Amino acid sequence: MPAEALRLRGHAAAPGLAAGPLIRLRDKPTAARSASSPETERAALLRAMEQAASDLARLLDAQTSEAAAILEFQLALLEDADLTSAAFAEIDAGAPADHAWRHALDAQSADYASAEDGYFRARSADLVDLRDRVLRALSGDAGVDLRLPAGAILVADDLPPSRFLEIDWRRSVGVALIFGSASSHVAMLARARGVPMVVGLGDIPAVDGTLALLDAERGEIEIAPSAARLAEWRERTAALTARREEEQRHLAGPAITASGRRIHTMINIQGLIDLESDASAHADGVGLVRTEFLFQQQGALPDEAVQYRVYREILDWAGARPVTIRTLDAGGDKPIPGVTIDGEANPFLGVRGLRLSLRRRGLFKTQLRALARAGSSGHLKVMLPMVTTPAELREARGLLDEVLAELASEGLPARRPALGIMVEVPAAALAIDRFDADFYSIGSNDLVQYLTACDRGNGELVALADPLNPAVLELIERTVAHGRRMGVPVSLCGDMAADPRCVPALLDCGLEELSVAPPALGLLKAAITRHG
Amino acid sequence: MTAFPDPASPDRKAVTASVRLRHEAGLHARPAVKLTKLAKKFSAKVSVAMLPDGPWIDAKSIVKVMATKTPHDALLHFRAEGEDAEAAVLALVALVERDFPDAG
Repeated sequence: MPAEALRLRGHAAAPGLAAGPLIRLRDKPTAARSASSPETERAALLRAMEQAASDLARLLDAQTSEAAAILEFQLALLEDADLTSAAFAEIDAGAPADHAWRHALDAQSADYASAEDGYFRARSADLVDLRDRVLRALSGDAGVDLRLPAGAILVADDLPPSRFLEIDWRRSVGVALIFGSASSHVAMLARARGVPMVVGLGDIPAVDGTLALLDAERGEIEIAPSAARLAEWRERTAALTARREEEQRHLAGPAITASGRRIHTMINIQGLIDLESDASAHADGVGLVRTEFLFQQQGALPDEAVQYRVYREILDWAGARPVTIRTLDAGGDKPIPGVTIDGEANPFLGVRGLRLSLRRRGLFKTQLRALARAGSSGHLKVMLPMVTTPAELREARGLLDEVLAELASEGLPARRPALGIMVEVPAAALAIDRFDADFYSIGSNDLVQYLTACDRGNGELVALADPLNPAVLELIERTVAHGRRMGVPVSLCGDMAADPRCVPALLDCGLEELSVAPPALGLLKAAITRHG
Repeated sequence: MTAFPDPASPDRKAVTASVRLRHEAGLHARPAVKLTKLAKKFSAKVSVAMLPDGPWIDAKSIVKVMATKTPHDALLHFRAEGEDAEAAVLALVALVERDFPDAG
């Protein structure tokens, strides 16, 4: 046995299963060059810059939107004499090429790092990414993918986005990061590409070549598994592969049941990058935009302009398709420093969702302004989370009225979006006929949690927290029936729609619109197609 | 917005114009890259400033343009000198006015 079996727990950042030898991506501390003549050093730096530029240009060809913006910026920097002249001047003064380049880029990166604006601060990571790319080229490192054995799981401390983009993901099967975060840019890229990724695993004590099982469904890695575990794993992988193949077959077409009902299948997104997932193009619209991602960036809360730009980009992407944007749903398991209330004894039953927005009116009105302005073209719907009573809906609508009047007096183009509610608090679901909303969207995760009184994160209660509990289905059915009577559209966004066991029951409840994370869209369409 | 010869230096054929930056987030990487790429298409010396009297910076340099960290709603001033100066200024103003559309 090469190593003792070991299981490490991290966080799933992009779903999937992968088995293969572990290979650590090492940025070898590139042996410092000793300066030869300035001419030689100049030529070496120029060659490295050219290689970096051609690598970036090649990568850029394959990208869209957000990933492209990162690469375009780096490429433009590389072509700018104002960036490179400092390095060449240092070379002329006798410095080796690597030292001169590092020095020039670090100066730029420090300038960004000290910016007041969070956006410009974050650009310092692009400078570091570019610095390292040229340094690798200088040391003759032709790029990682060429040396990677096929089928490997890549291990790294963290992974800069451009490095991720240059790896051939048809050859490598997964990523295990020692640090990293599920909300990082690279995690979003991995989800969009369908590369299984687990982050935050801590030290991974295994030598290169050790076999490992990367479980990016549960957020774990198992090193040097036993033969019995391997056999189990093969079965699980085979089942998953078969399922994925079926999903792929159904992904591109419309979702129609065997009896001919056309179901609208939408995607839930938590960042612009989710729109780049292959599956997203085949969605009938965006059923849920989780705006929390905007509020979890480092530094300041997003102002109206930043929010407007992001909402606009999503609406532009969707074209004529509907986009449902949920107002900030902070609190519960989604604390936001400086916004949510610390130290609540039971945050899931505390000041969260709309309850929080109605207490943070400045923040809420900023979001409503950005939404009303963004909605001046396209098909925008705005959804309020954690609504308990009709009075809360009326209060939110009053604030929307205020915001629209303000925008009109400022001469800013805006339009009133449809205003709907999430149905996830049992009191709201039971009294749904009291809610005069433009649409209802059932949030099945919280509805199940509150109805069964089971914490969804508690592994001991998995069996009790059953979404197919008749009480859950009855409430869903009643909500759908009420919506149909009143002509109010009803949809469902939540894990139930991504669970093939639950989809038939949801269709039987009369739902015609279901929304899931992009990687689950194929699964949802396949389940609908199988249904009678 | 029309471009006009700069009365301060009529013999050098400098053309100036100013335009309000409407891009919601300010002069971020993507609009800045578009701006410098467009400026580079002209042989004229093209400069941009945040104040009418400068300091003028090279509009063909992404490093310098990004270093201004220009916020939303700033007034951008362009100045160009050289053969195609007027065309350059008009094109840049149009780019900003049209809010940096993707090149067709």
